[in-house]
Amino acid sequence: MSDQAFSLWVYLSQTPLLWLVVTLGAYIIADRISQAFRRHPLFNPVLMSVVTVALVLWLTGTSYPVYFEGAKFVHFLLGPATVALAIPLYENRRIVMRAILPMVIALIVGSVTAIVSAVAVAQLFDMPKSILISIAPKSVTAPVGMGIAETLGGDPALTAILIMLTGVAGSVMVTPLMNALRMKDWRARGFAVGLASHGIGTARAFQVHSLAGTFAGIAMGLNALVTALLLPLVLALMLD
Amino acid sequence: MIISLTIILLCQLLGEVIVRWFGWLVPGPVLGMLFLLVFLSLRDRIKKRVPEFGRALDATGKGLLAHLSLLFIPASVGVIQRLDVLAEYGVGLVVALVVSTFITLVVTVVTFVVVSRLSGSSMEATDDAGAGERS
Repeated sequence: MSDQAFSLWVYLSQTPLLWLVVTLGAYIIADRISQAFRRHPLFNPVLMSVVTVALVLWLTGTSYPVYFEGAKFVHFLLGPATVALAIPLYENRRIVMRAILPMVIALIVGSVTAIVSAVAVAQLFDMPKSILISIAPKSVTAPVGMGIAETLGGDPALTAILIMLTGVAGSVMVTPLMNALRMKDWRARGFAVGLASHGIGTARAFQVHSLAGTFAGIAMGLNALVTALLLPLVLALMLD
Repeated sequence: MIISLTIILLCQLLGEVIVRWFGWLVPGPVLGMLFLLVFLSLRDRIKKRVPEFGRALDATGKGLLAHLSLLFIPASVGVIQRLDVLAEYGVGLVVALVVSTFITLVVTVVTFVVVSRLSGSSMEATDDAGAGERS
């Protein structure tokens, strides 16, 4: 590398600008590919973007903290986006209020199922307790799930990854699974994917149907609440 | 757009402050979502006199939600920091995630549909109920 190219790289690798552009660019390309395949579940935009960015970081020998310095501006918008879920919720308030009973019951049943099934299957593979704690909140939106894992003695960074993979798994599975089950109620389909696969599932639901997206958003918000309250109890019963 | 963004951020700020102050387990943005709901219903009352009030909010919020996938990328790239754990327990973790997500999807959707039929709020095959885009 020439001196000039080297000093340019020193500049670029230190500024948030480069990694912000890489994140946005990877997303735009992934989103176009997803569109080109008519939103086929296997071409998940989050998964494709993560692989692209990870490859760029690996090729350039860039560490995650350096990358995050730039990408944190995108990361920050998760909070406002969660708040903005109130907008479709308010628009669909009449449909939502009519479904209040199925929502509350499906929420509690689904939330406990998500925790118990993840921990029970992981226990079959003989994992240490800290990993079992880290996988327990895998269906909850990342900021909340990481907080839960940390409080209970898990590994928040591992939880973040498991949450991401759960989101991708759910958004890949949901459309073929719901079609196979002949589920035609967009509210129920959305609610299930929002509960099982938080924001990534909600993003998928919004791509498919706006009513499904709305219910996914509600399920995500409510499940964050319910899991935060129930998880310590469920884990105490399962692990002690 | 600046006003809309400020309203959304203000709701989040209120949520975070209250959650921290009282030591609640609820995430701040989730509480912020409730504040925005209250704001939206108040807005509709004021709107009868001032039609312009808060009209841009919906567009800004929907703009954020349209690209929700993008917002998960930075945290998800963190996977590169835990490749060692994944190498050791990866198979078990992936099996647990996939099986659990599958069971959770089925149990939740079935519970929702059964309760909604029993309680008479069923809405199956009502494609036009929301702003339908594509099936």
